[in-house]
Amino acid sequence: MANFFEDNDDLLFRFKNLDLDQIIELREDNFSEANKFGYAPKNIKDAKDSYERILKIAGQIAGNVIEPYSAETDEIGAKLIDGEVVYTPGTKVGLEAMKKADMMGFTLPRKYGGLNCPMTLYCMAIEITSRADAAFMNIFGLQSDIADTIYKFADDKLKDKYLPMLCEGNVTSSMSLTEPDAGSDLQAVMLKAYQDESGQWFLNGVKRFITNGNGEIALVLARSEAGSEDGRGLSMFLYEREEHMTIRRIENKLGIHGSPTCEMQFNDAPAHLVGKRRVGLIKYVMSLMNEARIGIGAQSLGIAEAAYREAKKYSEERKQFKQTINKFIPVSEMLGNMRVKIEAGRSLLYESAVIVDLKDGIEEHILKYPEEKKRYKKDLKKYTALANMLTPIVKAYNSEMSNEVANDGLQIHGGTGYMKEFNAERHFRDARITNIYEGTTQLQVVAAIGGIMKGVFESLINEYEEKNDFSYFTLYHKQVQKMADFVKEAIDFIKENNDNEYQAYHARRIVEISTKVIIGYLFLKDAKHSERKKEILKYYLEFAMPEVKMKSEIILNKTESFLENKTTILENKN
Amino acid sequence: MSYKIIVLVKQVPDTKNITVDAMKPDGTVNRSALPTIFNPEDLNALEEALKIKDKYGAKITALTMGPPNASEVLRKSLFYGVDDVILLSDRKFAAADTLATSYALSLAIKKIGEFDLIIGGTQAIDGDTAQVGPQTAEKLHINQITFVDKIQKLSDREIVANRTTDYGYETVKAKLPILLTITAEANTPRPFSVKKTLTYKNAISLIEKHDYDEEYLQSNNPNKPFIITTWNHEDIGAEIEQCGLNGSPTQVKQIENIVLEVGESKEIDNSEDGFKLLISELFSEHIIG
Repeated sequence: MANFFEDNDDLLFRFKNLDLDQIIELREDNFSEANKFGYAPKNIKDAKDSYERILKIAGQIAGNVIEPYSAETDEIGAKLIDGEVVYTPGTKVGLEAMKKADMMGFTLPRKYGGLNCPMTLYCMAIEITSRADAAFMNIFGLQSDIADTIYKFADDKLKDKYLPMLCEGNVTSSMSLTEPDAGSDLQAVMLKAYQDESGQWFLNGVKRFITNGNGEIALVLARSEAGSEDGRGLSMFLYEREEHMTIRRIENKLGIHGSPTCEMQFNDAPAHLVGKRRVGLIKYVMSLMNEARIGIGAQSLGIAEAAYREAKKYSEERKQFKQTINKFIPVSEMLGNMRVKIEAGRSLLYESAVIVDLKDGIEEHILKYPEEKKRYKKDLKKYTALANMLTPIVKAYNSEMSNEVANDGLQIHGGTGYMKEFNAERHFRDARITNIYEGTTQLQVVAAIGGIMKGVFESLINEYEEKNDFSYFTLYHKQVQKMADFVKEAIDFIKENNDNEYQAYHARRIVEISTKVIIGYLFLKDAKHSERKKEILKYYLEFAMPEVKMKSEIILNKTESFLENKTTILENKN
Repeated sequence: MSYKIIVLVKQVPDTKNITVDAMKPDGTVNRSALPTIFNPEDLNALEEALKIKDKYGAKITALTMGPPNASEVLRKSLFYGVDDVILLSDRKFAAADTLATSYALSLAIKKIGEFDLIIGGTQAIDGDTAQVGPQTAEKLHINQITFVDKIQKLSDREIVANRTTDYGYETVKAKLPILLTITAEANTPRPFSVKKTLTYKNAISLIEKHDYDEEYLQSNNPNKPFIITTWNHEDIGAEIEQCGLNGSPTQVKQIENIVLEVGESKEIDNSEDGFKLLISELFSEHIIG
């Protein structure tokens, strides 16, 4: 009887040390629903107790219901039979359990049947379920992102009809954005939306690579403004499954086999406009994507956790040269490395999720009490800038980390890890999508670099310095500060250089070393609560410091020979 | 139609996680040394009731007899989705065997009133008697089907269910009201409902230890915890002589610890001769034949 929340000490540590008070206050609006809904909290302490109970239930379902099916789900995969997607038995059982447990409206308001949980808690649930089965998370996790988008932008009529359906868990959903010629560049979306005389909208065209496109509800990005060519001609539509959309095929993928990836053909399919025309991409999709990106950060972490546990267990059982292989330094070092990366990713994820929650909470609060706008103006600006920078940072770091950890996990298994009988190769394959979908790492760098160059990174560091007393660990505090100085120097150099190409060339390095510094501060904060975390910090800094210094030097050295000689280098003609 | 269902649940020592102090020197179970859990087959019984509720609608009442802390299985029953819970608790009920237990349970059921189905687990993992269900049905003069692993049909008048036997299964048709005992194979219990868990997490029986102010608990404050209905022997009109140890004719003569030991293992060749040897050994040990 494994409980994937209760058996994970680092996650419990994170949960215990989360600062949720302000988020709960904003979300619960003076606990006004305590008398209306039996399950609404009555005060902050009560809310935290409820959150813990929710995670325990999620952990129980993940460990006992979902995980036992994960290998089978991977082996048989979702299928397309007579034009309809059929989930694996494990996916069906998992969805039914989640539905029975009321988990399907995780973040939605109670009036629609939701649990009104903050994003941070939702990310913990995603991490927990992804550890059990990364593919399952796609169907469960999508739900909240889509529901939240409908909640934020659709009119009351759509909200009242569709949100309760999503909360009850009788329907699943998809976000239908990608097309054959519009992947990273969604401005190129061609799927046509048009209106008849009565004002009814219809959709015509093809969507491709759509996770769970078979779901009963789809949010579809479509070109509503005939003749337009850019992102401003695109609007968001809500489509409810009927006979004018067919699933043409599902993809045969490297991993996440339980999650059907569909090609959807819309043939004059009736749909509802969500919110306003022309802002489908620039406003709604951006919001949807940002939530989904944090979610992928959590999914990546769950896969990494699973991969680490498998590798550690295997290394403690496998004997070579008359001893278990975990006794060999090259193996144990890999495990140590994996461990630190996972804990770094976890700190980073929940730090960012808390900031996103604060931003969302303030936005919602202002919507309800416009007179409070002035009071929260400064905070909203701050948290919006931080959320916009940290979301792509988390997505980039955690998805790359997940790949590295799953790769090392397989390596520790040796030849056995390459075989299908063990879970290591599945984790390796499942992790591989995380740094691709919802925006590749390369795109996350583009999304994060702007904030870093505009001083958001520096303001975050300044805030860590102002709000914390690190005197309990001066030596290592100084090291983190020094690391931050290396990064600031590199940022300043790029600014002074004022060369867009040079910035684009080194953007990934800047994002990577900024991330290292932020993790350094987060580990410093953790070290206050745990002796073990002090050791983790020490170990982390031994490697992070030289790495940051090296990458900073690369930038300061005006390293650009590749830029100058790209063609010669790539052409391979001597 | 909507059914009235009573589910019999029991808090039991976790016999799968036994520690050294599990037995007292006098041979009785040392309950305080064992962690307690929801009797596993009672979870299957509860799931069967919840399935009926999902399909046809039902009001489910969970009933348990036990010490004050047996409230825990009732709280859990609420988390799973039952509508009401009753704790039968009294020092006079202590040390009851199956006869005294079914006596008290049958009186409590009469007090609850009308019902269509009583569902319990086939047996509890502490006593393993599988007698409480059948005896309760007898005392209530109602039909019973034991060892049920599948309910095939249910209507307002009758039920068709499969009961497992040593040799296969029997399909039994019977009139309601009826008592069913359910096996572990019948279903997989669902997870807690989050909404129910948060709603009932503070539910208490007034005989449990708690920090609440009595006046607050008696008030109409909508935020006060759900109070678990608790009955003693007087509430159900039980005769003291028939309760607990007094009402238990079972005499425990002696209890001995049996430690199952693995003997020496023998490797047998994967050959014709090896198989012959294996079969003759199995015959001589009376394991087969």
